[in-house]
Amino acid sequence: MTAGLLLDLLLALAVLGTAAWTLAARSQFAAVIGFVVTGLLLTLVWVRLGAVDVALTEAAIGAGATGVILLYVVARLRGGEAEISAATPSRAQRALAALLALSVGGALAYGVLSLPDPAPSLAEAALAGTAPLGLGNPVSAVLMAHRGLDTLLEAIVLVFAVLAVWSMAADHRWGGRPGPVFQREEHGPLSLLARILPPVGIVIGIYIAWVGADSPGGKFQGGTILAAMWVLPWIAGLVRPPSVTDWRLRLMIAIGPLTFLAVGLAGFVVAEGFLAYPPGFAKPLILLIEAAMTLSVAAALACLIAGPPERRRRA
Amino acid sequence: MSLLVGAFSTACVLAGVFFFVAGTAGLIRFPDTLSRVHALTKADNLGLGLIVLGLLPLAPGLGAALKLLLIWVLVVIGGATAAQLIGAAAARDEHAMPSPPSGGRGLGEGGVP
Repeated sequence: MTAGLLLDLLLALAVLGTAAWTLAARSQFAAVIGFVVTGLLLTLVWVRLGAVDVALTEAAIGAGATGVILLYVVARLRGGEAEISAATPSRAQRALAALLALSVGGALAYGVLSLPDPAPSLAEAALAGTAPLGLGNPVSAVLMAHRGLDTLLEAIVLVFAVLAVWSMAADHRWGGRPGPVFQREEHGPLSLLARILPPVGIVIGIYIAWVGADSPGGKFQGGTILAAMWVLPWIAGLVRPPSVTDWRLRLMIAIGPLTFLAVGLAGFVVAEGFLAYPPGFAKPLILLIEAAMTLSVAAALACLIAGPPERRRRA
Repeated sequence: MSLLVGAFSTACVLAGVFFFVAGTAGLIRFPDTLSRVHALTKADNLGLGLIVLGLLPLAPGLGAALKLLLIWVLVVIGGATAAQLIGAAAARDEHAMPSPPSGGRGLGEGGVP
């Protein structure tokens, strides 16, 4: 028991330490590495708290995908001193941001410390409602049924995020392929990894998404792995992204939220209302949404990493 | 029997932890990129390999045991690729600098791990 407490204390100190180190880091590259390390340590914190679903999401999206996007930004900003200094907030803005973060953190800490001893919990009520859904993972049941609207909005936000990135493109580049062109590597370690990892990684990505019904996992975690299995051959120059006007790419990004919305609207007719599942059909419908969403998360994340179109469209 | 399995697992995991500690010490203390990468890959390969070997007898079933092995194989593949890429980048930097100060670039540049 004390060993566990000691581990938790060390973990908490390590998270705070790496977070402070990230803020104090002089170079952008070091700051991004610090951010990724903080995210991975945070993943261990979630595991210690028993929230394996959150841990997987933090590792895949918080540390992994966001880390890749930030690293990419650092590489793209090299030499752009004017742009960097124009975008750097002033001392007063940073002080205000620090004050805001400290007061939110302080309020949260106060809230946690002043909880009544048996903390109020809706876990019993949530678990009682999950049985008819046929899902073994209570987290998935809460996300897909009790808080279905939140999850639907999360799914739609992804589409808007891709739109926001794409709208950064200059007018004359619209219709081109997203992101820079990487030199094709026929030999070497990266090219080898990009050839041997995707077959394994795609199976693991689908597995993580599928197993989310009964164990920790799900569409966001699995979709991130699938996106990584596309990003790898892209960086090795083996594949090129489709044009942003390609209807198949757009369909892939939109199919998840569209399926979710369609099932939700069908609830008005076949069940009790918006996002309600007809009795007996809850699990197949949830699996359908999860499958479509996995595809959309993968496509959207890959597009977020690739960035806006950077080349003029070939006529 | 279970005592023997327990002793085997403990010994393997402790040996794995030793390689992780040694790898971390090497990462912090070694003077140049290539030797740091060398230290780090020992932690990835042997450290994690020994920990997985120690956990195998404790796995609840064949499926879980295979998953543990798969995790080790994936980390080895990823670690080996990253080490090769970092090594290649370090070699390029070395070539880009015409005359490195007599091999001993320790304290000044090696301060930040």
